[in-house]
Order: sequence, then C-alpha cells, then structure tokens
Amino acid sequence: MTYRIVHYINQFYAGIGGEEKADYAPEVREGVVGPGMQIQKLLENDAVVVGTVICGDGFYGENTEEARAKCLEMIAALKPDAFVAGPAFNAGRYGFACGDIAAAVGEKLGIPTVTAMYHENPGVELFSKKTYIVATGDSARAMGQALPAMTKLLHKLVMKEEMGPARLEGYIHRGMRKSFFHEKSGAERAVDMLLAKLRGEPYRTEYEMPVFNKIPPAPPVKDLKKAKIALISSGGIVPKGNPDHIRVSSAESYGAYDISKLEDMTPENYESIHGGYDREWANIDPDVVLPLDVMRELEAEGVFAKIHPVFYTTTGTGTAVAHAERFGQEIGELLKNAEVDAAILTST
Amino acid sequence: MTREIERVAGIPVVQIATIVPIMLTVGTNRIVPGVAIPHPTGDPAQGPEGDKKIRREIVMRAFRALTTPIDEQTIFEK
Repeated sequence: MTYRIVHYINQFYAGIGGEEKADYAPEVREGVVGPGMQIQKLLENDAVVVGTVICGDGFYGENTEEARAKCLEMIAALKPDAFVAGPAFNAGRYGFACGDIAAAVGEKLGIPTVTAMYHENPGVELFSKKTYIVATGDSARAMGQALPAMTKLLHKLVMKEEMGPARLEGYIHRGMRKSFFHEKSGAERAVDMLLAKLRGEPYRTEYEMPVFNKIPPAPPVKDLKKAKIALISSGGIVPKGNPDHIRVSSAESYGAYDISKLEDMTPENYESIHGGYDREWANIDPDVVLPLDVMRELEAEGVFAKIHPVFYTTTGTGTAVAHAERFGQEIGELLKNAEVDAAILTST
Repeated sequence: MTREIERVAGIPVVQIATIVPIMLTVGTNRIVPGVAIPHPTGDPAQGPEGDKKIRREIVMRAFRALTTPIDEQTIFEK
C-alpha cells in the first residue's frame, strides 16, 4: 500500500513571492511543490505526496480561522494518511501557521502530523504538544538537514512504527512520559547521577523542571479603603465534606464557594483535604491557612471595603502546571468580571 | 495560578506561603512569607491570642504588598 501525504508550505517556498505576497489566500496544487520534491524523493515508494496546500504567512496570521478552515477543507479532500508542514526554521508567522494547521489536521482528521522549525520559533511553545516538531537550524541554510530529519519521522509515523523518545528521534519534547522497567532502581540511578555530577561528568536528569513565565507586576491598589479583595487558596481548604470532590493531590479542578455569610472558619464548616502537609492545625482552625476571621475584623474596621463573596480553592500538591495555569486564567477572568481590586492567595 | 490570575485580571495578587523560592520560580510578584507550611497564616503554638495576632500581622503585611508599587518580584518581610 502506498500512503497518501499532504504537504503545507508558504508563498515563499511555493515560489509565488516574498513579503509582498504574504497575503496570498490558501490554494491547493496537485503533487509536490518546492521542498516537497525532496520529501517525495526521501519517502521513496512507501508514500506519495498527493498534494500541496499553499498559504501566505500574512494571510494565515491575520485571518487564522478562515485560513485554517480553508486549508483543512483542501487537506481533507485529498484524503491523506499523514500530513507534513514546513520546515519553517525561525520564521515566526510561518512557524505559527505550520504548527496551527498541523495541530488542526491532527485533531480533526485524526492522522499523524509533522512539522519542523527552530527551537526558538514561537510555534514551538504553542504547538509542540499537539504535533511532532522536528528541531532545525534557524534558516533555510539548514534545509539539507531538516528535510531528511522530518521525512524520517513522517515515514515512521505513516508506517506506524514505534516512536522513541524526543531526544533520540530528533523532535521537540511533547511533554509526555512513558513508563517502562529499568534494569536499575531509581535509587541506584540517582546515586549514579550524583556521582557523575561530583566527578564533573555529564549526566542527564530524568525529570526536567518546567520553565515558568514571569510577568510584569500589576499596579498596586490605589485606595485600600475602597478595595474589594478576593480570597483564594491552594491549601486544600474546602467546605466540610468536600462537596465538589476536589482531589487531595494532582487536582484537576477548583471550587468556588459563597463565604458572604461566613465570619470565621471552624472545624464545623470548613476542613483541609490537602494531601501534601500535616492537616492537624488546619483542621482545628482553617484560618491558619485561609485567614477569614482576621479579614472579617479588618473589613468591619474599614481597613478595606469588602471581601469578595466567592472564595476560590484547590489543592496545590502534584498539581500539573497546565492545570494550575488554567485555574488561574479562569479565576482571573471571574475576578475581572466581578470588578475585584486585589486578591490574597495562600499556599501551603 | 497566582501569576495567571494577576495577568488575566490585571489586579495585584499577593501570595502568602512559606517556601519563598517556589513562589519566585513560578512567577509570583508580591510575596509574603508564611509562618510554616501547614499553617502559613497562623501559629497555633502561640495559643489562640498569639495565633490570631500573628495572622493579623501577616494579613496587614499582605495589604502593604498590595498597595506598594513594585517593578520586579518582591518579598515583603517584616
């Protein structure tokens, strides 16, 4: 069986033009165009590039939904078994387009997708979890290495061969971990790593720490006396009985509870379900994690205007960064709509 | 979570927690160190009155953090 491949490129690699043609609307051509020629050659007889979809980078970036829908329609009509886009090197808009269309094709058509770009291309951060992205050099000078690398991965995917880890296969880490049995225990491997480190020898961590973004600080509250302040916690403080079944660790949800009539947190009304610290004190008095009693006093004294009636809470232990960020985004949206002026977030 | 709330809502968010390096790593801008991991906003060993006094002091410090203009991640110590 010969598998069917569809290739996506921009106006430049299709030979249509440079920046002056970046507004070029999506178009489909039969067979290979531009770098597709070499991809076809490398695929030999196992797969054939049946068509090439071309779109200007500016058009894709400015009319993303329309471009995505049109390209998807053209791609689907060609009934591909796999999809390849680029390589985009360090071209930001081209990288965005390649990643976006590859992710959309993977999601809508359920077929394997591959693209390729430089590791600093913004398309990497946006799409590396949704498609295979082969790491390339930063410009078309690296075409000679990029095409064989991405075609090799494409070939592997289309032939349904087992995919190895990112580091060995040459794609950018997709944030997935596979379980397997190692001949050495974790303790032995950790000691080996430590010894290598002490000897100044190379070693490789088995669990890379995520890199977090930083943001410029928000401006301060101008007049505390007029401020509505929200209380938030990742300390696992929930209404007694944990009515929404928030997980004790690795939480995938948060709770929103009306505290407008609550003066104080007591063992009768609230408790801690957090699986990552000793809950003895929090269960005797939840205020040691979420200072509601003191906040009510300061509210009555007029130090600030009002406690936001809704309290948001989850457990922050083993919680995936992606979930924590999503909680923050959703809560942030809610606070913004409720015209809250500031928030106090407690963590354990 | 703190960072994303601040970013999306565009309001200052002060985080009270005990392990300051983690707050620095995850991008919290206004940091108030807590008393201890299991009781960031209190100290039960000080008895009910002492516990509440410490809690009030920490919350007041959180207010100071929320009303202070800052240009970078800042730890509000005593």
